[in-house]
Amino acid sequence: MSDQVRTAGQTTTPDGHSDLSGEPPEPLVGYYRQMALIRAFELRAAEMYTKAKIGGYCHLNLGEEATVVGLMAALCPTDYLFATYREHGYALARGVPAERVMAELFGKATGTSGGWGGSMHLFDADLRLLGGYGIVGGQIPLATGAALAISYRAEPGERAEAVMCLIGDGATNIGAFHESLNLAAIWHLPIVYVIVNNGLGMGTPVSASSAEPELYRRGCAYRMPGTRVDGNDVLAVRDAAAGALDRARSERRPSILEAVCYRLRGHSVVDPARYRTKEETDRLRSLDPLPQFRSQLITAGILDGEEASRIDTDAEQAVSAAVAFAEDSPFPGQDQLFARTYATPVPNTSTSLPGEPLDCGPDQSDRTG
Amino acid sequence: MTTLTYRQALHDTLRAEMLRDDNVLLMGEEIGVFEGSYKITAGLLAEFGPRRVKDTPICEEGFVGAAIGAAMLGLRPVVEIMTINFSLLAIDQIVNHAAKVHAMFGGQATVPLVIRTPGGGGQQLAATHSQNIEVYYAHMPGLKVVAPATPADAKGLLAAAIRDDDPVLVLENLALYNTKGDVSDDPYTLDIGRAAVMKQGRDITVISYSRGAVIALQVARRLEEEGISVEVIDLRSLRPLDRPAICASVRKTSRAIVLEDDWLSYGVGAEVAATIQEGAFDYLDAPVRRVAAAEVPLPYSKPLESAALPDAADLTKVIKETLDATRYPA
Repeated sequence: MSDQVRTAGQTTTPDGHSDLSGEPPEPLVGYYRQMALIRAFELRAAEMYTKAKIGGYCHLNLGEEATVVGLMAALCPTDYLFATYREHGYALARGVPAERVMAELFGKATGTSGGWGGSMHLFDADLRLLGGYGIVGGQIPLATGAALAISYRAEPGERAEAVMCLIGDGATNIGAFHESLNLAAIWHLPIVYVIVNNGLGMGTPVSASSAEPELYRRGCAYRMPGTRVDGNDVLAVRDAAAGALDRARSERRPSILEAVCYRLRGHSVVDPARYRTKEETDRLRSLDPLPQFRSQLITAGILDGEEASRIDTDAEQAVSAAVAFAEDSPFPGQDQLFARTYATPVPNTSTSLPGEPLDCGPDQSDRTG
Repeated sequence: MTTLTYRQALHDTLRAEMLRDDNVLLMGEEIGVFEGSYKITAGLLAEFGPRRVKDTPICEEGFVGAAIGAAMLGLRPVVEIMTINFSLLAIDQIVNHAAKVHAMFGGQATVPLVIRTPGGGGQQLAATHSQNIEVYYAHMPGLKVVAPATPADAKGLLAAAIRDDDPVLVLENLALYNTKGDVSDDPYTLDIGRAAVMKQGRDITVISYSRGAVIALQVARRLEEEGISVEVIDLRSLRPLDRPAICASVRKTSRAIVLEDDWLSYGVGAEVAATIQEGAFDYLDAPVRRVAAAEVPLPYSKPLESAALPDAADLTKVIKETLDATRYPA
C-alpha cells in the first residue's frame, strides 16, 4: 500500500538510464522507430499549423516521446486507452496510421474521427483508443467507468482487460480526478492513472498549482499506491506501466504512475513559452530523450549511425506521405452534418441550417392571406 | 391494464428492463440499501444484488462520468440523480461528454445512458432544491430529454430511453410520484420525440409537459363543463421537440398557451411560442401566452412559494383572458 518512488528501470547505467544489455534488440529498435516517427510527425504538424492546414488548438508531444512510447509498449491490444488532448504520439504508438492522424488534424473525412474531432479528439475503436479529450480531466471519470464495465463483465486474471487513463499534471487539481480515484479504489477497478507530468499546466508550474507537487502521492487519500518514473527513460516507463497494469488485471488494484518528462515547446503550437528562461530551455534540450536514446542504442551496438539515420529518414518520409494523404483526402460532405448527432434515429430532430425555416409540419391551407 | 402510481410504473419498468438485459445496471446515491430517496428502486438491490444496483458515493460528476464510460463499452447504465438540482455538479460530464462523444468521435462510440432525475418545486425545499432546469439539457444537441406526465408514459418513455443508444435524460417530478393512472401490463415503448394530444379541443391549445400537463388536463376538463373546449398537448419530449404536433394543434384552435414549471425567460415556452409564430402565424387569433414560474430563487415560506409557482388558477385565468381578448365565442 505504501508509495514507492522509482527513478528508472530495474537496472541502470552510470548515467542513470536503463541498462539495455538484457533487452532483445528488435523491440528497442522499434521504440526508437516510434519515437522518431512521433518527433517527425509533431514537427510537421507544427509546420502545417503555421500554414493554416490545421485549425483549432494543436498540442504536441515534442519532448515526451519516451513517455509515450514506453506507456504504449506496456499496453496490451485488449486494454483501453483514454488520453488527454496532447495525444498525437499516443495514437501513432498505439498503431493508428500516421495518414489517419494527419487527416484528422486537417479535418478530413479520412481522419480518425472523420473530421469531427480534430487534434484533441483522436479515436480508434478497433485499437481501443477511446479518445483524446479537450476538456481538462474530462476523460478521468469516463476511463473509470470503462474499468467498471470491465469488472462488471469479467473476472480478474493475467489476461484480463485493463484501462490506462492519461492525465496531465494540471488535471490532478480538478474534482473529477479525486472523485474518480475514490470510485476506482472503493470499487476495485482495473485502471492505471498515468500522470504525465511535464512540469507545466499551460504556463503554471506544478509547484504553484498542486499542494502536493509529488503527484504520484496524490492518491494517498484513497490509499492508492503511486510510483514516479523518469519519463525520459523509455524502458523505465514501460516496466513501471507494465507492473501497474498487471496489478490492475490480476488484483483489480488501481494505481497511479507519474511519468516526469518535459515539453520541448509551448503549451500549444501558438505558445512561444516566454515564461521559460533561455537557461531552462537549454537544459530541457539537453534532456531531450530522442538523441539520448539514439546514442544509447548506438553505444550498445544495437544500431549504427547509418541505421539510425535511415530510421529518421523513414520517419520523415512516412510523415510526408501522411501529409500528402491528408491533403488529397476529401472534407466530410455537408450531407453528413446531421448524421452524427444521434446513434438511434429520432423523429423531429432539427435538420435546419442557419437561416432555413423550421420544420413545423405540413400546412394544408393557404397562408398568403 | 393495472392502475399504478407513477412511482410504481418507474420501478416496474426498471425491474423489467433489468430482467430483459443483463447490461442494464442502476447507479446512484442511496438507490440500494436506502432504496432510493423517493423509493423508485425499492427492492431492486435485494433482487439483483450489488453488481446490478450500485450505490455510489456523493460525487455526481464522478458517477455520471463513470456511467458514460461504462456505456461507451456497451453497458446500459441507468443513473439516478437525486434531484435535477444536483445534476449541475455533473454538467460537464453530461454536456461536454455524454452529449458529444458520438458525434465528436465520428460515430465510433455510443453512449446508451439514461439519467433519471426529478425536478419540481412546491415541496418547500427552498431555492437550491426546487429548480426546473430541464431546458439546460433540452438545449443540447446530442442529448434526448423526455418528461413523462402519466404513469403509462413513464413506463413507455423510460423503457424507450433504456433501449436507446443515445444519452437520454428522463425528467421526473416530485409532485407526480404518487399520481395514479392505468398502465398496460404488456411491455411497450413510446417514441422519443413525439408529443401526445392528451385531450382534443377546438377553442384553445394548452401546451405543457410533466406536472404541467397534468394540471392542464385538469383545467381543460373543468372548463369543458363551462363550454370551453381546450386541447391539451403534452410535449412528452423536450428534445427533440415535436414542432409539427404543436403547430397542427394551433392551426386548428388559433390560440395557444404554454404552461411550464420553469422560469419564463429563455424557457420551454419561449421555444414553443417561437415555433408557433413561425409555423402557425396566419392562424393565430391572439398572442401566445406563457404561464411560467416567477423569476426569483424559489422561497421556502409556503405562501411565497405558492405565489411563485404556476398553478391551475393561473392557467385558467390566462385561458379566459386569451379567449376574452379575441371576443370568444364571437
